[in-house]
Amino acid sequence: MSNVSLDAHDSSETENQPDSSNRRRFLTVATSVVGGVGVVGVAVPFIGSWNPSVKARAAGADVEADISKIEPGQLIRVIWRSKPVWIARRTPELLASLAAHDDKLKDPNSEQEQQPEFAKNPYRSLKEEYLVLVGICTHLGCSPQHLKDGAFAEYVEGVQEGFFCPCHGSKFDMAGRVFQNVPAGLNLVVPPYMFIDDNTLLIGSEEGAA
Amino acid sequence: MWKNLMDWVEYRLPIMRVANMHAIQYPAPRNMNFWYMFGFLATIVLVNQIVTGVWLTMSFTPTAEEAFASVEYIMRDVEYGYILRYMHSTGASAFFIVVYLHMFRGMIYGSYQKPRELLWLFGMFIYLALMAEAFMGYVLPWGQMSYWGAQVIVSLFSAIPVIGPDLVIWIQGDYVISGATLNRFFALHVIALPLVIVILVFLHIVALHEVGSNNPDGTDVKRKKGSLSEDEKTKFKIHEYYTSKYDIVDDIVPFFPHIVLKDLVGFSVFLILFCYVMFFNPEMGGYFLEHPNFEIANPLKTPEHIFPVWYFTPFYAILKAVPHKLGGVICMFAAIVMLALLPWIDRGKVKSWRYRCGLHRWNLIVFAIVFIFLGYLGGTPQENWKIVASQVATIMYFGFFALLFIYSKNERTKPVPERITE
Amino acid sequence: MKKIAFVLSLLMSFGVLAAGGGAHLDKAEYDLTDKASLQNGAKLFMNYCLGCHQTQYQRYQRTFEDLGIPMDLGQEYLQFTGEKPGEHIKNAMPSESGAKWFGAPPPDLTLVARVRGADWIYTYLRTFYVDESRPFGVNNLVFPEVGMPHVLQELQGVPRMATEEALVDGEMIERHAGIKTDGSGELSAPEYDAAVLDLVNYLVYIGEPSRLESESIGRWVIIFLLVLFVLIYLLKKEYWRDVH
Repeated sequence: MSNVSLDAHDSSETENQPDSSNRRRFLTVATSVVGGVGVVGVAVPFIGSWNPSVKARAAGADVEADISKIEPGQLIRVIWRSKPVWIARRTPELLASLAAHDDKLKDPNSEQEQQPEFAKNPYRSLKEEYLVLVGICTHLGCSPQHLKDGAFAEYVEGVQEGFFCPCHGSKFDMAGRVFQNVPAGLNLVVPPYMFIDDNTLLIGSEEGAA
Repeated sequence: MWKNLMDWVEYRLPIMRVANMHAIQYPAPRNMNFWYMFGFLATIVLVNQIVTGVWLTMSFTPTAEEAFASVEYIMRDVEYGYILRYMHSTGASAFFIVVYLHMFRGMIYGSYQKPRELLWLFGMFIYLALMAEAFMGYVLPWGQMSYWGAQVIVSLFSAIPVIGPDLVIWIQGDYVISGATLNRFFALHVIALPLVIVILVFLHIVALHEVGSNNPDGTDVKRKKGSLSEDEKTKFKIHEYYTSKYDIVDDIVPFFPHIVLKDLVGFSVFLILFCYVMFFNPEMGGYFLEHPNFEIANPLKTPEHIFPVWYFTPFYAILKAVPHKLGGVICMFAAIVMLALLPWIDRGKVKSWRYRCGLHRWNLIVFAIVFIFLGYLGGTPQENWKIVASQVATIMYFGFFALLFIYSKNERTKPVPERITE
Repeated sequence: MKKIAFVLSLLMSFGVLAAGGGAHLDKAEYDLTDKASLQNGAKLFMNYCLGCHQTQYQRYQRTFEDLGIPMDLGQEYLQFTGEKPGEHIKNAMPSESGAKWFGAPPPDLTLVARVRGADWIYTYLRTFYVDESRPFGVNNLVFPEVGMPHVLQELQGVPRMATEEALVDGEMIERHAGIKTDGSGELSAPEYDAAVLDLVNYLVYIGEPSRLESESIGRWVIIFLLVLFVLIYLLKKEYWRDVH
């Protein structure tokens, strides 16, 4: 823009004063830079206001779940940060069967950062028995269905129980690991969690972290 | 590469042509003084209102149950929400300050006179739309003043013979001001009226650039083609749209950079004042944000004193001055209509008060004082002396127009200079 | 410069209009930066006011953070309702029973300082006096026929309207001479005033918790704008030099 103005202004007086064009250029640049800083500053509240509000953060605070009533083989759902979180109590048979289909999985060893450090193990959990997952498909955000008692074998041969996403057909096993040949690329997310005592699970924080 | 792209676009969409014609190589009289920055400021405030308004809409809940709480949600829970809200609330008052100064500029320099009558009318329509916009916006926080202010203003329509009472119920969508009223005012405030205002502002600017800017001398800087020697013509590069029709006197500067820089100086001073109010004193002593409006609307309890926000108080005082319901409403609207009719009430040929008779100067000064005094009367608790005072002030308000109509016919004026003076 | 003066004078004129009349109010010299005062105010509020009045737009957590109260201490000593610090400061009293007991539901006090002003609250809480004709046995100088009991009486003592005899225009008359307490309160008169001031300070804070942050941002913004103004002014001078 400033080029336009200098061209447009073709009175010869400026050329008679050699300092003038330098001064002019300096002031133009300085004003533009300071003005630019101002524009960035004005943008701060507008951008900041899109962050989760105190209300959203209060609603997204850690959630306690009572796990004393979960039978082996049962799955309960709790809401954490407005998202479904599954807590499943896995039977010893189920745990034993998990390793059998490693060759059908995309990331059997949980190499991708989809879980806290404590859950980077074959069962993807803190205690083997309890599976805690964010029930949101890693493909496009639908919530998969829990299929058990052989219903899942319809989708993956030989696997009795797992999660099937009705939106685009992604499949996950009972450790939340994704099967091959489905649109989802990553295992289901394990949220940070910890056991306050044997009966109570706290979702949102892990041991040691604040 | 860049130039090719620009040429490609320019061939299909005249961006540079329009920019040159209306923003860069537009000829502006070089003697435009500080009074001429308020149009620019009004545009800036309009942008501020639209942008902050869009952002406030993201967190505001337009229901009678939730509106008040959602404003406090913005003030407390939304990150920087209080800044967005104060930008918007301070902006509303700032809008009227700059618009009133802008209008008074038009009055003292005769900017409404031929050939700028339509320009003035568009301005008056903007002013009307702005008042409606501000009024409906004030209802949204659903405080006591929102509620009772709306009650009083909407009740004005009940003064209309025959259809009045039904009209009021139709406007409210209920038997009182209610959630339904809030919903429709919200829709009008955030979509319909801003759209109308933006279109009117566009027309206002197009009309301005067609006839050209007035100036404090009222001397026309555009002369008949061929009437000026090369020496007398401006040396600045002016768009051929103007130079092909007229000879432009060497009394102008291009809009960019000269006028833009001048406006930016005013803008930065304005910003300092604006930010002072916004960050340190957003209530402005109860004038920008009225104290009772921090209390949630209560249909069973009218606040002790109710006033409209300061920018409506001059007209509110006129309304109260007339001891007759319909008469008061008519007088109030007439007060605005008189302003709109200025181009025809003023029969003078000389524009600027610099070259008009002494009576005209005094008439304008007294008018400004009366207007502010009416604002004071309309915005403070009722007292006995104020009834008479507001009646006198109302007569003086209309007296301005009557006097102007009379003396402007055969006014003794000074000669308007051939060229711009300072 | 002319324009600045003009706009300033315009703004000033509105400021002057803002001054209003009414009963005499004592000036509340509150200080939002005084954390100890705010904490004491919060303690008084939670103990004496919250039973009937909520501040339902403000959250405990924000209050504790702004007042420098550690979250666990705050929850233990100041939060009597709700479990999570993110909750709003509410009480358990249904508004219908409030209406039954007091004639009207006790108003929410989140914004009371912005509605009434600090001076009003400061004066109001110090001008209760015994009036047996009222349902709760007290009346108030700035809020006549008040429907609220004097909840701070255990701090102030029993306040009575004092009268004195005075010679006016050659006649002896009895007139008001302020409010005197019987000394049965836990606090002396200056201590009581200080406690009320702390409470007012807290109510001012809670009315607009962003006040201090707003002013500290505002100072930088205005310094920045002054720099911007100087630059733009010089640039404008530079471009206009050859016009006149």
